[in-house]
Amino acid sequence: MEERIRQLRMEHITKRFPGVLASDDISLTVDEGEILALVGENGAGKTTLMNILMGIYQQDEGRILINDREVHFKGPEDAFEAGLGMVHQQYMLVPNMTVTENVALGYKKAWKPLKLDLDMVRSRVVEVSEHYGLAVNPDAYIWQLSVGEQQRVELVKTLCLGARFLILDEPTSALTPQETDELIELLKRMKDELSIIFISHKLNEVKALSDKVVILRHGAVVFSGDTADYSSGDIAALMTGHEIVLPENKEPRVQGELALSIRNISVRSDRGFLALENLSLDVHQGEIVGLAGVSGNGQRELAEAINGLRPVESGTIEFFGVDLANKSPYYVIDHGMGYIPEERNIEGIVPSFAVKENFILKDSDSDRFSRHRFLKKKVINDNAVTLKDQFDIRTPDTSTAAGSLSGGNIQKVILAREITRAPKFLIAVYPTRGLDMGAIEFIHQELLKKRREGIGILLISEELDEIMNLCDRIAVIYKGGIQKVLTHEEANRRTLGIYMAGLKEEE
Amino acid sequence: MMDSRRFKILYKVSVIVLAVLATLLLSSFILMILGADIFRTFYTIVITPLTRVGHLTEVFVRAVPLCIIALGVAIAYRSGIINIGAEGQMAMGILGFTTVALSAPELPRPLLLPLALLAGVVCGGLWGFIPGILKAKLQVSELLSTVMLNYIAAQFYSFCLRVPLLDPAEALSGAGTPQSARLTTSIEIGRITGRLHYGVFIALVLAVLVYLFMWKTSFGYKMRASGAQSRAARYGGINVPAYVTLAMVISGAFAGLAGGIEIAAVHRRAIEGVTNNYGFSAVVVALFGMLHPFGIVPASFFFALLIYGSTLTPRAVGVPANIVDVMQGLIIIVIVTTQMILQNTYLEDRLYRRFCARHAGKEA
Repeated sequence: MEERIRQLRMEHITKRFPGVLASDDISLTVDEGEILALVGENGAGKTTLMNILMGIYQQDEGRILINDREVHFKGPEDAFEAGLGMVHQQYMLVPNMTVTENVALGYKKAWKPLKLDLDMVRSRVVEVSEHYGLAVNPDAYIWQLSVGEQQRVELVKTLCLGARFLILDEPTSALTPQETDELIELLKRMKDELSIIFISHKLNEVKALSDKVVILRHGAVVFSGDTADYSSGDIAALMTGHEIVLPENKEPRVQGELALSIRNISVRSDRGFLALENLSLDVHQGEIVGLAGVSGNGQRELAEAINGLRPVESGTIEFFGVDLANKSPYYVIDHGMGYIPEERNIEGIVPSFAVKENFILKDSDSDRFSRHRFLKKKVINDNAVTLKDQFDIRTPDTSTAAGSLSGGNIQKVILAREITRAPKFLIAVYPTRGLDMGAIEFIHQELLKKRREGIGILLISEELDEIMNLCDRIAVIYKGGIQKVLTHEEANRRTLGIYMAGLKEEE
Repeated sequence: MMDSRRFKILYKVSVIVLAVLATLLLSSFILMILGADIFRTFYTIVITPLTRVGHLTEVFVRAVPLCIIALGVAIAYRSGIINIGAEGQMAMGILGFTTVALSAPELPRPLLLPLALLAGVVCGGLWGFIPGILKAKLQVSELLSTVMLNYIAAQFYSFCLRVPLLDPAEALSGAGTPQSARLTTSIEIGRITGRLHYGVFIALVLAVLVYLFMWKTSFGYKMRASGAQSRAARYGGINVPAYVTLAMVISGAFAGLAGGIEIAAVHRRAIEGVTNNYGFSAVVVALFGMLHPFGIVPASFFFALLIYGSTLTPRAVGVPANIVDVMQGLIIIVIVTTQMILQNTYLEDRLYRRFCARHAGKEA
């Protein structure tokens, strides 16, 4: 058995990237059996710091000590060797291989000459999963597993490779509320034998799980202390540098005319099975209807079917009296639909196009931006400058490639385009996924503003807080059908969680 | 401080310079293995053709088809479809042009020349439409379909020159050289000096038109969006399959036009081997010209220089002309590599920021 990691210290770590100070004299300590939460907004330097710890980057100044001995990691292999393991936000698993095979990819002990000792890997997987209570089927293919199960595989993989110190990068970002609770319980149990650093935006998890918290802002530690001494609100304020109160929908319900009326639609997924089966849903003007559900229950297919991006097998999608089923995306846009898509980086924008070009993605033929098919350069430039200021998009200038912006700023580009096109209706799919508190606040305010203007919004989200803060009515989607529609007053985390898990009524 | 536009131009120029240097280095190595005089070989290929008007006009004669075809290849490439079928499209264009020219020689020049060129454009465009529609509707790889259509076009071209379009004089004499009859003089495109012809202006005008079309109109915007990220384009209401097909039709039409001009201005009859690998070289020219008309114009001149210069090497320095093929191969590899590294917009942005930061530091 390798040496235990009794203490890990990072001292005065400084890392400069051209023009940016990514880590500014950061120090932190993690003792054995401790869970340290590393929090901060996007771009605060959390991932950079962890990449330094894992040997992916080298620090310019400062040192890393394990058990009071200085270590130098030239690459991730050195960090593995020392017992550090990281679970990335994007899972690093090969979908068409089994759990065992995925673990074997990194398990060098099983790499015999001319033979890969899969039996040995398999028994190690079983051993680790039993030891830590991480239920995984070693023979299952990754593509068969849910996101939560895949995460357990990542954990098992990291542990099989000998990690005694875990780094988890936003481990709950893709999990359902139930899976999140399970993970938190699991990590609490595991800390008897391991130390953990986990990166998170979500303050309730930080409170629930961590012993200590380190808050980064602009690459520097702004706060470090015991989690128990501070409330979520305190931590949020330290993180952003100002009080953040996510806006809530407190205005009276004004249900206008019926805007979107989906009747018994059935839609197939990419793999050919029915992703939506006889789904019906109504949304009126002036209300926000939340579609709550674990991702993968047909949300993507629903949004795509409404927007003309996916064929509809049967049923109708009435939009102000017009059927949108099996129409072209152009037809749907032309009838006043606004759409914030799930894949913001490759669907919401053309990444290699300039920010200003992305603003006219849906309107290059409109009278506003072109005449006789010739683009009006000045109008396009002016429009871009206006939107950049109005939506506080942080970009060097509007000729910058949109794909080089941060996630929050890309989302603001999309939001700015969709909202200023003056749509009659808006569909927002996971609009704040992976964004920091400041950006979430901004997007929530904009959505509420549109609601006040009398526009209907269908908000597809898996963040229960987001849904409960913003929505007038909440529909729960499960396996391609609407499980239940609740009013804002009827909904709470518990009931929503139950319906999202597929149970019909509270027993 | 340097603005982003000037930085972009500087950036692209340095890409080209780097690629040229890398290619020179690699080809020197090969010449060294051949035991050739490296300096004199380069001098013969690159400098000698520039020293005499007679040489220079020949360079331009080769630059014209390269430029026109490369413009079309760039349109397709920018729209997300790689046209390596220009060789076949050019051959089909020549057949269209020749057929019209032979079947209506009595028509007056102002009618006959445009009509014949149009026939070339249509035939080339049709040969581009096939892989375009196959890709748009059925996701058939254009790499497969264009290459296969090249073979078909080449065989069909040979067949036409041997049977239906064969020069009756050849048939009578029994020599049977596969070529068409000489076309009527009223279809010829005039020459300025030597074999240099007015087609050179057609190429330049087309370059400007392509620039305006691709970067200043909503058509071009949509085609570039389809090529840059088809999912985003589809999301934005752009009919991606239609624009991809259109791009391929335009690309084929350009190759067909180049074929027509080549016959009308240079050969004045359809002959075997007239396409001279221009269709393939033009892909390299388009890439070398950064898929932009204002890069393609100098790039086509440069490649024409290489192609012509290499015809001088066997006599001057005893190096086989095929060395240019080797150099072209090297250039493709260098270009693709350099592009992957340097035409990465993210990297470009990062370099730009770094550049700004350094400038800001100096000024402070």
